[in-house]
Amino acid sequence: MPRARVLIRPKEGILDPQGKAVERALPALGFDGVEHVRVGRMVELEAEDPERLTELCEKLLANPLIEDFEIESL
Amino acid sequence: MIWGVLQFPGSCDERDALHACGQLGEARLVWHEDGELGGGVDGVVVPGGFSYGDYLRAGAIARFSPAMEAVAALAADGGPVLGICNGFQVLCEAGLLPGALLRNEDLRFVHRQVDLLDAEGASLSIPVKHGEGRYWAPDDVLDELERNGRVAYRYAPGQNPNGSARDIAGVANETGNVLGLMPHPEHAVDPLTGSTDGLHIFRRLERVLA
Repeated sequence: MPRARVLIRPKEGILDPQGKAVERALPALGFDGVEHVRVGRMVELEAEDPERLTELCEKLLANPLIEDFEIESL
Repeated sequence: MIWGVLQFPGSCDERDALHACGQLGEARLVWHEDGELGGGVDGVVVPGGFSYGDYLRAGAIARFSPAMEAVAALAADGGPVLGICNGFQVLCEAGLLPGALLRNEDLRFVHRQVDLLDAEGASLSIPVKHGEGRYWAPDDVLDELERNGRVAYRYAPGQNPNGSARDIAGVANETGNVLGLMPHPEHAVDPLTGSTDGLHIFRRLERVLA
């Protein structure tokens, strides 16, 4: 069955406190110069009909109001 | 008035919601697999908790339950619907209310008593307890909500516990019969727990039927 990977991330302009927390933790570990960290989600799946993946993402995997998503065929 | 209180796997505040509704009228549980609310149910509470484990996003799975279809039908008919905490998240995911609830700004779970102001400026003392309660909607939607008096409750100045846009704690739909809020009115219905202000919020929904 065709495999796909869906990447979901908070929309630009929406505060991402998880990303901020990661960003703030990095200098303490010696990783300076890292900016704009955003934390999202990744979903891997197998779908009989990859044509329907966009609809599936809009309806369930992502909330299009607050999240962007990208579908990648594997 | 007969209240139906939804119960999803993972709900945890349905008992207090039943208790609160029971003070005002009759109250019964509605199981999430029930596609009908049952005879005589006039209004619904979608209670707090962690429906379906809050997997994926809070409220994302619950919105597809048969009981939520019945709630959407009731809402479309003008029936009163109150979403509390996770219930508010479910109503937003279901598109019955605008906006979304995001992780609290400081990433901490908050649990404390807060003061809310209703649209007339009256103050209510109600507890909050949530990790994902930061209300967010695009600016044009927020403007529209404010313009049309749909911001039902705000956190009192300086008490916003989660970074919600414009201190918004609760919003109503266009017709005013669907209300969602993060604070828990069902935990503030008995002097034993410090406040009975929560009953005002249930009564507000009762008036929808009047």
